[in-house]
Amino acid sequence: MKLKEIAHARTGDKGEISNISLIPYDEKDFTYIKEHVTAEKVRVYFKEICKGEVVRYELEGVKAFNFVLDKTLGGGVTRSLALDKHGKTLGMALLEMEV
Amino acid sequence: MKTVRIGSGAGYAGDRIEPAVELMEKGNLDYIIFECLAERTVAIGQKDKAADGSRGYNQLLEYRMERILPLVKKNHVRVITNMGAANPQSAAAATRAIAAELGLFGLKIACVTGDDISSELDRYYDNTVLENGKKLGEMKESLISANAYMGAEGIIEALEKGADIVITGRVSDPALTVAPLVHEFHWNIDEHPKQMGQAVLAGHLLECAGQVTGGYYADPGKKEVPDLARLGFPLVEVDETGAFTVTKVEGSGGLVSTDTCKEQLIYEIHNPKAYLTPDAVADFSQVTFTQTGENQVRAENAMSHGRPENFKVSIGYRDCYIGEGEISYGGSSCMARAKLAADIVEERVALTGIRLEEYRVDYIGCNSLFRDEISGEIRGNTAAAPVEVRLRISGRTQDRKQAELLANEVEALYTNGPAGGGGAVKRVESVVSVCSIFVPREAVHWHVEYSEVQ
Repeated sequence: MKLKEIAHARTGDKGEISNISLIPYDEKDFTYIKEHVTAEKVRVYFKEICKGEVVRYELEGVKAFNFVLDKTLGGGVTRSLALDKHGKTLGMALLEMEV
Repeated sequence: MKTVRIGSGAGYAGDRIEPAVELMEKGNLDYIIFECLAERTVAIGQKDKAADGSRGYNQLLEYRMERILPLVKKNHVRVITNMGAANPQSAAAATRAIAAELGLFGLKIACVTGDDISSELDRYYDNTVLENGKKLGEMKESLISANAYMGAEGIIEALEKGADIVITGRVSDPALTVAPLVHEFHWNIDEHPKQMGQAVLAGHLLECAGQVTGGYYADPGKKEVPDLARLGFPLVEVDETGAFTVTKVEGSGGLVSTDTCKEQLIYEIHNPKAYLTPDAVADFSQVTFTQTGENQVRAENAMSHGRPENFKVSIGYRDCYIGEGEISYGGSSCMARAKLAADIVEERVALTGIRLEEYRVDYIGCNSLFRDEISGEIRGNTAAAPVEVRLRISGRTQDRKQAELLANEVEALYTNGPAGGGGAVKRVESVVSVCSIFVPREAVHWHVEYSEVQ
């Protein structure tokens, strides 16, 4: 299945770093995602876009994840050549990942 | 138990005014904040101010003040905003003039300054720039401005002196909310770590306005938001324990749910255990949201771990130029012609010797957002050829002329490229970028000026 069937996401930016939240609709899916959507898997998935490290943070209170992708926004939102300089659409790409 | 109600009237510089007016009319608010400063906005404001000493503040300031000032007086709602941008004094003067015109005599206006440390930058030439590892001094020829992210202190003083409207330059976004809460409840970082964490959380959830009430959330079939066209902006009701409820006024459009709150909680943070703001290092890792009613969510369990020793300073600098052009192709062979067009431009760049530092080709509708691999996976192998595609070519240059030459090559595809190109546009942008350094908090001194509408 695709991640979008069990989770939703929102993307933010700071400088050259993109952060994508991944939030299971049902909190029971937190452990499944924790096991199957690792930082390494996300790094490989975005390898054409993300040129740096990926760190995954867990928010135990709200049962959600924060993926922080370094060197992803083409040198920073002010100077990126991309159409979507902020990379705001990347969360929707993550939700298309097969798990 | 005493409670304080704070609304959010803007989530970015150009935000809509109608939801702010609705909140001030029907929200039974004590305060309303307007967050209008993105990272680069102050640097651009500094350029405006250099061209005209009376400008450099938010371009919608007058438009907003005309609508909201009568409600400040009528409903006793105090306004806190960073619409001062690069020129809080002129923003305060413009606000005063509008208030006088509207006959709102007696309103007290404060402006908070001290964030602008542009004139002291030479003291920090040895500091390392966060983004590129260079010494700041290496960039001195291109520097435009330097503004420190100040905390809530200046705003708190202004509220204590009775200001109805507080206008700041660069302060941290959550400070706009932390300030009225500290003013009302007398919290401090040492004795009230839980409350200060909650105050930052409240500010963080409010600072993008409609993004916590159903804006930036709807996905038909998956995440429905009722009446999004009449999206209401959020308000929080905070009690003295720091716990608060996020809600919006009855009858407004949108949605406040645990899921809308979760999306905004994680928006633009990195480590949830250490969200750095000048007033507190907030810990959101244990935050919980509980739906307590329709469009009512209770937020609890944020913490703080002291406050940082240093202030982040956002520095604007003249960076580079970007030249770009776009042209559309249609029909079942559109991709072949768009690719031919891209090859032609690339060859002409080499033939004419256009000097580019970086170059990018996008096929809008096919790969401009997710590039080739992810786009291909989403589309699947069986997908039919697109009916239309828009070619976009962009490049970074050191001077304007080279950027213009590249943009022209895309436009010239009309008569010098493949068949059937249409809708060509070109654009050249002078890029102002921002970078950051850290400076000791003692090096930044806030200052408040007061005036009364007469």
